[in-house]
Amino acid sequence: MTERMISCSAAICEALTEEMARDEAIFIIGEDLVAHGGIFGQFRGLPERFPGRLIDSPISEACIVGAGLGAALTGMRPLVDMHFADFVTCAMDEIVNQTAKIRYMFGGQVKVPLVIWAPDGAGLSAAAHHSQSLESWFVHAPGLKVVVPSEPADVKGLLKAAIRDDDPVIFFQHKKLFAREGPVPEGEHIVPLGKAAVKRLGGNVTILTYGSGFYMSMEAANELAGMGIEAEVIDLRTLKPLDFGTIADSIKKTNRAVVVHEACLSGGFGAEVSARINSELFDYLDAPVLRVAAKDVPMPFSPRLENFVLPKAEDVIKAVRAVTYR
Amino acid sequence: MKSSVSTREMRRLYRTMVTIRGFETLAGELFAAGKIPGFIHLSIGQEASAAGVCSALRQDDYIATTHRGHGHVIAKGGDLKKMIAELMGRKTGYCKGKGGSMHIADFSLGILGANGVVGGGFPIIIGAGLSIKLRRTDQVAVCFFGDGASNRGTFHEAMNMASIWKLPILFVCENNCYASTTPTTYACSVNNIATRAAGYNIPGVTVDGNDLLAVREAAGKAVDRARRGEGPTLLENKTYRRRGHFEGDPQKYRTQAEVAEWEKNDPLLRFASVLKKKKLLTGEMEKEIREQVDCELKEAVAFAEQSEWPNPEEALEDMFINP
Ligand SMILES: Cc1ncc(C[n+]2csc(CCOP(=O)(O)OP(=O)(O)O)c2C)c(N)n1
Ligand SMILES: [Mg+2]
Repeated sequence: MTERMISCSAAICEALTEEMARDEAIFIIGEDLVAHGGIFGQFRGLPERFPGRLIDSPISEACIVGAGLGAALTGMRPLVDMHFADFVTCAMDEIVNQTAKIRYMFGGQVKVPLVIWAPDGAGLSAAAHHSQSLESWFVHAPGLKVVVPSEPADVKGLLKAAIRDDDPVIFFQHKKLFAREGPVPEGEHIVPLGKAAVKRLGGNVTILTYGSGFYMSMEAANELAGMGIEAEVIDLRTLKPLDFGTIADSIKKTNRAVVVHEACLSGGFGAEVSARINSELFDYLDAPVLRVAAKDVPMPFSPRLENFVLPKAEDVIKAVRAVTYR
Repeated sequence: MKSSVSTREMRRLYRTMVTIRGFETLAGELFAAGKIPGFIHLSIGQEASAAGVCSALRQDDYIATTHRGHGHVIAKGGDLKKMIAELMGRKTGYCKGKGGSMHIADFSLGILGANGVVGGGFPIIIGAGLSIKLRRTDQVAVCFFGDGASNRGTFHEAMNMASIWKLPILFVCENNCYASTTPTTYACSVNNIATRAAGYNIPGVTVDGNDLLAVREAAGKAVDRARRGEGPTLLENKTYRRRGHFEGDPQKYRTQAEVAEWEKNDPLLRFASVLKKKKLLTGEMEKEIREQVDCELKEAVAFAEQSEWPNPEEALEDMFINP
């Protein structure tokens, strides 16, 4: 398989083009899909290539997700586009009470092959209603798989895996990373759900991250190397199911861990990871697990305020230096 | 002649529309010049709805507005300096730079906030209406929203609740033919959104939303009705969004010819010609109004540009009263 440099947006398109050509049961429903190929151009070319299979919806989030669920229960494999991840709030019943619970509640009678695709994240001065990172809410709702890719190759591979999975997957993608390029294999490239990736080897500390936190962590790791601290960077990619094996293998080697995410601190996914490390790897730890996250406020609009609230590479460096006592 | 509107008020209404147009044009320019971060939604071509409806209100009445809400805030008496400063992310802005274009509010003027969530205003306006009823005042609460928002469940829940409790609410749909890239004719089950009122047993009125006096007349009636305790009304102002959904929108979903057609149906030009026919406005007066408004807007920009940025740490303020 050859690799080329393509963007996260192009990776979405490629994954969907390949999957929709392979399986006629796949369709996409959401707001403003056809005219511009999605509001971020993330589905560009698909409406022409697959006429009738991208369905523009009225502004009715509850019924958009509900339609995806109902169709998934009756033989289709929908991908629903949340427009902005922030609008999951308008469809919480359909996501949390219905989609997440339906298979279990009905004793495993049905499968729910549904992907809820949600562009999230801050950094664009889009303010409090268009900037959130809400993944931890869904980790807390048993019945959903939660995916948050960073690099384009993972976007492609995980999206294909999510579409093929017979369970509901909520798939968050950072808006600011759409244009980010990276090497992506052509054709069949699947990244299995529930598998983390060690993206940088290092023996002094383990940085556990995902989504936009990945780039922040790599930037920090490169600077830390200059200080003689080698960080192992693990891109979790799937938060649920969590690949704790990969996390444990690394921490047994480094004895220190820092969790990095853009979502705000309290109740964030870092708390869950940290708790598991404490209960399962306590004997291996030489320092408390630290978390790097956004401050606990809604995202403010003004660039200076937003920049202050968001975590940065320098915060990762500070945390790593603290756990390595350097 | 719609005699409920005095000569003085007519001129004031015209001035309000000129101010909104000037503000929106300026906001577009500031955005293009990179002076406004994020994204902005302009209401050029829709000024008659904001000016007409708000002119039927008192200062102590409430409004809830939308992502396309600059005009409503101006028409309700909003401070141009604080508005521009907020759009530019300055400390002196309405929300100290925390909100931006999509989140402007002035609670002292009854402006309960713009909203980044389409259809987010409906439930809030129900609460305002209920509170008016519980407090036994004769205030009125207005919810502005778009054609697209009328497809949210919150719209339908609110219409029903307002009806059964006879709340003093005016629902104002600004049907501007599109919700982002999606034509209203595609996404709405009805041609006139006001007909949806029938399902909730409340009056529904559709007017030419670019005819200021028609809007004012219809809004006035509905507001009076609400003040008398007779319940809510759904008013639909048919208008057109002349700019992109947001500044920078590629607008592949419509033709330039369509936009040009609507430019001929300009609410400002139409009202100016009505005023001129009535001899309430001369070319001279028109020029003077424009100059005054331009001057106010220039002052507002100067104020914003001279204003400090917020200090980063201020991001942590305003969370709780008792932290
Ligand atoms: C709940 C929700 N869904 C989607 C969006 C994204 N969005 C912002 S404005 C808009 C179109 C709104 O159309 P309309 O209500 O007609 O108002 P207009 O923009 O035409 O003034 C959409 C889809 C949103 N902000 N909130
Ligand atoms: Mg509209």
